[in-house]
Parts: sequence; structure tokens; C-alpha cells
Amino acid sequence: MTMKTMQILSGAALAALLGSTAMAQTELTMWYHGAGNQVEADIINQIIADFNASQSDWAVRIESFPQIAYNDSVVAAALAGNLPDILDVDGPVMPNWAWAGYMQPLPLDAAVIADFLPGTKGYWDGQLYSIGLWDAAVALVTRQSTLDALGLRRPTLDAPWTGDEFMAALDAAKASGDYEYAFDAGMAWTGEWYPYAFSPFLQSFGGDIVDRTTYATAEGALNGEAAMAFGEWWQGLFANGYAPGTSQDPAARDNGFIEGRYAFSWNGNWAALGALNTFEDTLFLPAPDFGNGPVIGAASWQFGVSATSAHPDGAAAFIEFALQDEYLAAFSNGIGLIPATATAAAMTENYAPGGPMAVFFDLTAAQALVRPVTPGYVVQAKVFEKALADIANGADVADALDAAVDEINTDITRNGGYGH
Amino acid sequence: MATKLTQSNGAGWAFALPGFGLMVVFIILPFFFAFALSFTNQRLISPNPTAYVGAANYRQLLGVGTITLDPLRDDAGAVQRAADGSPAYPRLREFTRANPDYPQLDGMREWFSFGRGESRTFVLARDVVFMKAIVNTVIFVLVVAPLQGALALGLALLINQRLRGINLFRAIYFMPVVVSIVVVSLLWRFIYSADGGLLNNMLGGLSFGLFTPVDWLGTPSTALGSIIAMSIWQAVGFHMVIWLSGLQTISPTLYEAASIEGATKWQTFRYVTWPGLRNTAVLVLIVITMQAFALFAQIDVMTKGGPLDSTQTIVFQAVDRGYGKQDISGGSAISVILFCIVLTISLIQRYLTRERT
Repeated sequence: MTMKTMQILSGAALAALLGSTAMAQTELTMWYHGAGNQVEADIINQIIADFNASQSDWAVRIESFPQIAYNDSVVAAALAGNLPDILDVDGPVMPNWAWAGYMQPLPLDAAVIADFLPGTKGYWDGQLYSIGLWDAAVALVTRQSTLDALGLRRPTLDAPWTGDEFMAALDAAKASGDYEYAFDAGMAWTGEWYPYAFSPFLQSFGGDIVDRTTYATAEGALNGEAAMAFGEWWQGLFANGYAPGTSQDPAARDNGFIEGRYAFSWNGNWAALGALNTFEDTLFLPAPDFGNGPVIGAASWQFGVSATSAHPDGAAAFIEFALQDEYLAAFSNGIGLIPATATAAAMTENYAPGGPMAVFFDLTAAQALVRPVTPGYVVQAKVFEKALADIANGADVADALDAAVDEINTDITRNGGYGH
Repeated sequence: MATKLTQSNGAGWAFALPGFGLMVVFIILPFFFAFALSFTNQRLISPNPTAYVGAANYRQLLGVGTITLDPLRDDAGAVQRAADGSPAYPRLREFTRANPDYPQLDGMREWFSFGRGESRTFVLARDVVFMKAIVNTVIFVLVVAPLQGALALGLALLINQRLRGINLFRAIYFMPVVVSIVVVSLLWRFIYSADGGLLNNMLGGLSFGLFTPVDWLGTPSTALGSIIAMSIWQAVGFHMVIWLSGLQTISPTLYEAASIEGATKWQTFRYVTWPGLRNTAVLVLIVITMQAFALFAQIDVMTKGGPLDSTQTIVFQAVDRGYGKQDISGGSAISVILFCIVLTISLIQRYLTRERT
């Protein structure tokens, strides 16, 4: 037998072996929230194809849902006992699903995620349940030319604006008469944007949505002195004409800053490229410090394992595979998200050190605070949203915050303390 | 009782079965579920077992109380006044938040108040949002039912003529009914927009710029009115068609007789058309009332109940609680309350419009 036939034969044997093991791959199902976004679908499909080809035990099959219907689909599937093996879950919602028994702890080696941004790690009850490939951050968007024209200091991570400096900046912008409104908070974006973007202001004042030491009450946290001060400040933004209120047109929210109608805009990294492409001197400034440190929100979509999965080891193997820097960078380049590790950030176009959006990576590392980690957050977020909309519309601050506290506390009681 | 309906009517029942089956599964069973769940603490998602809680959900929704307060006085005994000159009263939160002297008011909030002399009576509700939702819904029904009914009748009379191209008008008036309510609501959001919306621009143009733009959906005093106007416009075509079908059942010989007798147009309408529309009127009124009580999509798309709860409605609250806040039992209790309200009103309507012999 010649060398050549040996090679052919062994090659054939190998192919047969691979073929038969490919048949023996156990199928894992996975649900994803990003249906409708082709770029996102291409990236996730590439990861799955790479994973399926890289080993012979598991074959992941994905089903995508539109984001707006995703959470409802998961709840419905859980009630019907049809959950997939691998779920993706919005960070602040995870404790709710974990508590409800939809998810199981993620068996992942701690070393794998040691370098990940804190906001990407979903912990509940002391255990890791979910991990994100990316995070999101919010910044105060403006232009260097605006700061120069108004004679304002450029705030830095080490020396952010104080609350007074921030209001002085708004006063200057308002007095200049060059802008329709000095500040665009993004009131047109109802839903999760309110607690994500605005509860950090409350936390910077020293309050919170719920008392995080016990998670048993919101009394004092959401209606204490700090929260009252926050509420008065918040109401003033709208009553004194600094910012457009709850009836802001969504189109104005999306395009107002780049049309020059707003001097400052409170907006996320996902909108950063649009601003950068319009104004070369766009700045992403850190959140102002209202006395208790500057804060921005953290945690975006993350991956976890459903409680009913018979193969958590396979699901974890896939998630660990997806956590490679090249995929983190691919998501970042594709849809503008903040990669979860510094090494991945260095591989991206926008977040590499010195890149146009690198500041968001630094902001997340320096200022990010996750939303309250409790199963009750789902309800608390809605209550908080309504309280802020009411205060912006002129409701009495103390009454609105008291009402929110009562509703949150009633809900916590009715749920037996949510397992804390 | 043996009737033709039950005896040897197997084919008939078989034909009705799919329809009946669907109604039982999707309407009648859920209703009994809602009734049962409203006495529990059922959650949408929870590992905790469901427990019977009696009427607690209803007490939480419907609880009201009152407190009469005297104005604050300074050391000299003179009434303290707020910046606008009205007497200042103690803050209600001193009484409603963990005050051992007023346990019955704990957790309540001010709904409305009225004054008698110097003292003022505050009506408190345990769930102010739901109370406002009931009031808003009732206002909506009271305005929409007569206006939409009358407008639809007017349109039906207009298009019940033999004119060239009358079908075009019929189609135009009927168009909003066919378009999804979500799409219609989105379009009207643009129309009402304070930010260069069509309505503000039009009114500004017509008044040569004298009109100050109004934030129609963002102002508590105009939000509900705006939704009422849009809702009337949207569904008027549907009721127009029902009126039209009623008009066409009236025998032409009656009109001929009336014109031979020399009846004026008003007399013809009053003594021929209107009596002939009696049953149609009852139907239209009941259908509008029931549809108006179910107000939801416009609110969900246009205002989400805001600003300041000025557009909260009963069904919006039921959905918001049941799914948004995962409180299935609370949402069920609201549904049961709505059912009782609508049932009562339908019975009253039936009684008032009964055939008097």
C-alpha cells in the first residue's frame, strides 16, 4: 500500500468518523431577540456555525423573535413548558425569570469572565445566571463648539460637572437663544428607557428605586430627602423650559440633536455614530455628579440557560464559545455595542483606545451601576416610569413619589418579598 | 323543555359547533377564569403558590375614604395662605402614611376635594388611578355614544340618496373603519403633535397665525377630548352603515304617501324615518356603548394613560396591570368590575328602549 492510498484511506475514515459524529450531535435550541436586523442575524448565525463546526457534541439551532414580542414569547413558552435550552434575556429582567424558575445558574468558569465589564454579568442569589457579550452606556452628548460658544469647562471622568455646573450649562444654553431646548432627556422613548436613563440621576442625588440593602421596601429610598430633591430638580427641567416633556415627538428625539435644536442630549452609545457622522466635534461627556457620585445605567441583553434545559453543559459550552473576543468585537463593529472586554474593545473600530467612541467604554467602566437586582424590578420599572412622567407633567413631587413607594411596597408584600 | 331547537336538529348543532366552541374557549371560559382569579393573588410569573385572598383585590381597587381638614393657622390664629391666596391645609401625607390615628386612611391618596366654609373635605381613594380611569371611561362613553350615533345617522341620511358616484362617498366615510386602529392612532398622533403637527398648522393658517399651538395630547385638559374626537371620526363609518341598512328597510311607499300628504322634510324624518329606525337605534346605541367602554388601543398608542392620568381607562388599566405589572388577579378584578358596569348599563338601556305596548 502506497503512502498516497494510506492518506486517502485515512482521510476517508476521518470523513466517515466526522460524518457519523456530526449525526450524533445533540441539538440545542436557542432563542434570540434580534429578528429583523440582518447584520445582527449574520453575526449570531456565524457564531453558531463556527460553534457547531468546532466540536462534535452539540448543534445549536436558533430562532429569532422581534424584540418587542420577545419577553411575551418567553413567558408564554415557560407557562406552556416549551422553553429552549439557551435564552437571551435583558439584564434587569433576569432576576425575575430566575426567581420564577425559568432559568438555571450558568455553569461557567469564573476565570472566563474575570475581565468582563461588571454590567455584563447577571448575578442573582449569589450565582451567575447570565452573561453579556456587550454593554450599553449613556452619555451627555454635545459639541466642543457648543461648550466653547457658551464658555463652559469640558468635564472629564475625573472631574465631571457638579449638579450646579450642569444647571449653569443649561442656563447658558437657554440664555443663548440658539436652541429650541437646552437639554433633551429623551422623554419620547417610553418604557425601559426611563428607569435605565433616569434612575441614575436619582442615584446620583442619593436616592434609589428601591432600598438595595433589603429589597423589601422603597420607603425612604424613593421618597426620602434625596429623592424629593431629585424630584424637584426633575420637575424644574420641564417647568422651567429646559427640556421637552413627555409629549416630545419621537422624530425630534431621534434627530433633534443633529438638527441643532438641542444643546445637550442624554443619549446612548447606539446613537453615537449618527451624531459623530454629522458633527466632527461631537463630545460624549460623563454624567453630572449631583452629590452622590456620577452614575449611568448598565446591563444590556445577556445569554443564559433555561431551567428546563436537559443539557446545561452544552448550553454553557456554546455561551463560553460565544464569549471570544473576536465575536464581542464583531457585535460591536456590526451594531455599535460596547464590547464586554478591554481586549475585544482594542479589536474594534470605534472602541479601540483613541477610537471615536472609546469614551463609552471608559464611562461604563467608571460610572455604571446596574438597575436594582430583584425579581420585582419588572414592576418597579413601570411604577418608576409613571412617577417620572407624572412629575414631569406637573404632579406634586411628594405625592407622586409616595404613590410610587406605596405601589412598589404593595407589590413586594404581595409577592412574599420576592425571595430576598 | 322540548323544542324544535333541541329535537332532531343535529345538523344545525353541528354547524354551530365551531362557532360555539370558539366562543366558549375564548370568551366564556376566560370570563369564568377572570372571575375566579380576581379572588386570588395570581401572578403572571411567580414561583409562589396562588392563594385565595377573598375580596382584597376589590377592596384595593374600590376603597375610598374622606377626611375634613381645617386650614393651617399661624400663632396669631390667622389662616395661612398659599402663594395664590387660597388657604393652606396640612399635607395629606401626614395622615395617610403610617399615622396610627388614621389607620383606615393608610396608603390612600387624594382623589378630589371640595370646600365648605374654611374647612375642606378631601375624598381619598386607595387606587386613585383606577378611580380616574372609571371617570374618564364614563365621560368617554357619555360623549361618544350620542355624538357618534347622531353623526353616523347624519352621514347615513346624506349618502342614502341616488346620486352619481354615491358609492365613492360611502367608501370614503367607511375607510377609517377598515384601517387598523393602531395605524389610525399613530397617524392622529402626528396630526395632534405639538411639534409642527397638522392640526396646529391648520388652525394657525386659518386664523392667520393668531392661534397659539396647543400640545393636544400632552396637556391634561385637552388629551381626553382629542382622543374622543379621533375615536368618533374613526368608528363613525361603521355605525353609518348600520343606520344605512336600517334606512333601506323602510318601505318607499311610506315616503311616497308622506310626500302626497304634503309632509315637509322634517316631518318626513320625524314621523316616517325615525319610527322606522327604532330597532336600529337601539342596536347602534348598545354597540357604541359597549365599544366605548372597551377603549384601549388609542390610549395605548397615543398617550399610555397620561398626562397625569387624564386618559387612563378601565381596559387600559386591566391590561397594564395584568401583563405590564404581572398582576393577573388585579387585572381580572378590573375586568369583572367592567363587566358589571357594562351589564348594568345594557340592562338599563334595554329597559328604557323596551317596546311599550
